[in-house]
Amino acid sequence: MSATEYIGVRKITGPFVLLDGIQGAGYDEIVLVSTPDGEARKGRVVLVDEKATLVQVFTGTEGLVPETTSVRFLGRELEMALAPSMLGRTFSGLGEPRDGYGPVLGGVRRPVRGAPINPMAREYPRNFISTGISSLDVLLTLIRGQKLPIFSGNGLPHNALAVQIATQSKLLGAENFVVVFAGIGIKNDDAAYFQSHLASEGRGGNLVLFLNLADDPVIERIATPRLALTTAEYLAFDLGMHVLVILTDMTSYCEALRELSVARGEVPSRKGYPAYLYSDLASLYERAGALRNSKGSVTQIPILSMPNDDITHPVPDLTGFITEGQIVLSRDLEARGIYPPVDVLPSLSRLMKDGIGKGSTREDHANLAGQLFASYSRVQEVRALAGVVGTDELSRADKASLAFGDSFERLFVNQGMEENREIGHSLDLGWKLLSMLPVQELSRLSMEEIEKYIKKRA
Amino acid sequence: MNSTGKIVAINGPVIRASGMRSFAMREMVQAGRLLLLGEIIRLDGDDALVQVFEDTTGLRTGEPVTGTGGPLSMSLGPGLMGSIFDGIGRPLGKLLEREGPFVTRGVSIPQLDPDAMWDVTPLGKVGDVVTPGAPLALVKETSLVEHRILTPCDIEGEILSILPPGLHKASSVVARVRDGHGRERSIPMIRKWPVRTPRPIAERLLPDEPLLTGQRIIDGLFPISKGGVAAIPGGFGTGKTVTQHQLAKWSDAQIVVYIGCGERGNEMTQVLEEFPVLEDPRSGKPLMERTVLIANTSNMPVAAREASIYTGITIAEYYRDMGYDVALMADSTSRWAEALREISGRLEEIPAEEGFPAYLPTRIAEFYERAGKVTTLGGTRGSISIIGAVSPPGGDFTEPVTRHTKRFIRCFWALDQQLARSRHFPAISWIDSYSEYGDEVKSWYASHVDPAWATLREKARTLLAEDDKIQQIIRLVGEDVLPDDQRLIALTASFLKNGYLQQGAFGPDSYCPPKKGIAILNLLIAFHQKAEDLLSQGCPLSLLKGIDELVELTHLREIPAERLERFEELKHDLFERMESINRERIVSRREV
Repeated sequence: MSATEYIGVRKITGPFVLLDGIQGAGYDEIVLVSTPDGEARKGRVVLVDEKATLVQVFTGTEGLVPETTSVRFLGRELEMALAPSMLGRTFSGLGEPRDGYGPVLGGVRRPVRGAPINPMAREYPRNFISTGISSLDVLLTLIRGQKLPIFSGNGLPHNALAVQIATQSKLLGAENFVVVFAGIGIKNDDAAYFQSHLASEGRGGNLVLFLNLADDPVIERIATPRLALTTAEYLAFDLGMHVLVILTDMTSYCEALRELSVARGEVPSRKGYPAYLYSDLASLYERAGALRNSKGSVTQIPILSMPNDDITHPVPDLTGFITEGQIVLSRDLEARGIYPPVDVLPSLSRLMKDGIGKGSTREDHANLAGQLFASYSRVQEVRALAGVVGTDELSRADKASLAFGDSFERLFVNQGMEENREIGHSLDLGWKLLSMLPVQELSRLSMEEIEKYIKKRA
Repeated sequence: MNSTGKIVAINGPVIRASGMRSFAMREMVQAGRLLLLGEIIRLDGDDALVQVFEDTTGLRTGEPVTGTGGPLSMSLGPGLMGSIFDGIGRPLGKLLEREGPFVTRGVSIPQLDPDAMWDVTPLGKVGDVVTPGAPLALVKETSLVEHRILTPCDIEGEILSILPPGLHKASSVVARVRDGHGRERSIPMIRKWPVRTPRPIAERLLPDEPLLTGQRIIDGLFPISKGGVAAIPGGFGTGKTVTQHQLAKWSDAQIVVYIGCGERGNEMTQVLEEFPVLEDPRSGKPLMERTVLIANTSNMPVAAREASIYTGITIAEYYRDMGYDVALMADSTSRWAEALREISGRLEEIPAEEGFPAYLPTRIAEFYERAGKVTTLGGTRGSISIIGAVSPPGGDFTEPVTRHTKRFIRCFWALDQQLARSRHFPAISWIDSYSEYGDEVKSWYASHVDPAWATLREKARTLLAEDDKIQQIIRLVGEDVLPDDQRLIALTASFLKNGYLQQGAFGPDSYCPPKKGIAILNLLIAFHQKAEDLLSQGCPLSLLKGIDELVELTHLREIPAERLERFEELKHDLFERMESINRERIVSRREV
């Protein structure tokens, strides 16, 4: 039943319009909800049964009058037009042009829902992306095709870090590297920050933006990341480009989902979020990777702000279970003036092990990283102890550990916003720091490595 | 003629249809013009609720629902090994060939290729009387797996005809049998089995033989038996999946079924890329030749996630019935439980704890109870060991899935966030973990590995437990104020942690044969006893700590398994040094 139109709805409640007894309404079908003066809003069928059809209106239901509202069923799910000409454009959270130019013409139309990638079609990501940031390159290596979120908090420099990753990534010079940016409920200022920095130095043509700002309709946010990812998949797998997708702020997305779920009267799970939050987030995050018979790749850096800096909050928690690691930012490091304030211990890159070592970075990379983690973890214990007994009472090994910890944060983690460190340089810096520690403490290194990298240095 | 109903309501993966009086509970149906596969989960008068295993986008009210006449089933026969299936048993390889890199909907593909040719060797002859479970033919499935076609559990009688040796299609009938009622029954090479029904066995046996995993902390401290059940709980990033992969690679099971249940697509891809090139440490053959994968990635439909667990265990039971030791990894059972919760929510059932349905513990128990060491119907021995990963929200082990799982498993490998953060892997906590199989496998270890296994295990665990208390004091006041005997415990424990408990998943230490594990343990415990002895003679620990050889104790795991004699040499040198230091001390004191 394509393009059937109904005039008059039974009920309007929150973002929903309820219609009586429609036969043949499709689940997830797109509808146009129109007012008598011709204004049309996009909506989506979210529930159908014999008595009623529930439509969620993306841009809200303000101003709709039940008797005069007409609903047109389009007979298809939410789709978007895709073409190479999207590069350099800015769209709204629902995919409408936001830059004053016309709609996307030509190309192909795809549903934004996205189908799961067959695991047999995937290529396991193994290619190192050099970000020029020591803490990332050495300890939390980013791999092409990875989904690596930034767990941040309000007021922390996650935007600056995301921009630095996007602009310094070694792939960026290449012609086929593009950034797809989805702003989900972000502040106008943040959007402007990203827009100006990502588009600077002539990179504007390698950028596609989807912006749903903080004062834009909330329900629209459900669609925004899907539009961005559909675009990314098109650019990567149809056009063979390497795409970096930045999704920010995923917490706003989850809140929109919660709002919708509560409005529908669904049984809530943790903190009022719907029970399907995991599956829903997975349907976004899993849209990253590389395919065996395609040149392109989709790398995702979602950014989420942890409410109250709580990493066990459902949004970061479920995200961490789906993504391939996480970069956690620390308020404590930020307060001490360290940028980027990467809290390396709770951070992780799951795909790192296959993307480093001989042939990609350097043969000493894996054990060096392991030892830096172990030694820095010990620093935390010693600091706690020093807080109780005082620094003077510490053993020599413990004092060395404290000194190592300070240097690690000041020299290794800390770097300039535009400082681009070469991987070899970052690794050497790591060895230099480790040689501050007694050899008995270096249990993650092999005897051979201690000989080669530590003793020879001394 | 299949019966047909009509869709009246759609709510995510759950649809309601009317005109469904002639349908059976748990019957498989095809829904809508897209022919989406689903399963009836509630019948109420004329109405039925169906959980749909595929995405329901675009499904319309008024479209037909057609019955398939049977419950959700898995095809069992040659061709399973080395393959990857989705949650409801569709072959992902064939799906890729037909539909391209994205998984599409409403595709009907035979689970096993009926046209594949297999080399069949008959095991019986015309006139033989066969009983349930009796082998009828052998099929060389892979270089590692000899597939036995067995007499089904409901057939007994005289063989009327049997396939001659040679190549035959998978769709062939292997034998015809006249049963006790005089009926002629044919036994095809591929048979279907309803996945929610456990396959019958003759008798359950005590699981008294260990499943060797090549992982020191498991084999040495928290062993699991063949036929045992274990859980690996841990927050994100603690290494559940890496541990599961390690067990799938190195455990001495003959068959491995790996279920990726609601997890990452790349992790399945990793197995698909690694296992064909990794060698089984015992046979030298590629690991993929003994492995079956079930993949329901986290973005695949949630109802199929619920089914994936059953599809996997049914395949495991099928190979167990042939007399194999099967290991099944389910990663992660929490996603399966959450799928139950999601469906239950859509059915508007009254939730018990945290939104989970009240029948959650029953389902968990039913799943784990399908493990065990058994005598099969055919009289051979087989086993299924289940290792389930659990993903507690926020890493909190008191949540319902972890808590209920603990009731039905006997081996608990708790992953510790703190260990993972300091990159101590595997991050299995030696304090929170336990195994109930220690006593049952004791005599096996005594006769096959080392008579001292049980004693060493006990000593190591006691040391680590004492160390845990000592570490709490150290964190408060520092190490210097402790007496020497306690500092020695902390020292030996640190050797245990670095030299024994840690084990890299990548590189040469990935697989550790039991003999090497026991050699490390032996040396460290011997050092401890020797040092205790010297301390009691008045030798201060600070003197012993200065010995150069001690650094090597931290690096014991680097010694290759082929050089076990090195441990004896090291022990000899170390003891000599310790002795001589003590002698020098006594001499110098006398001189003073």
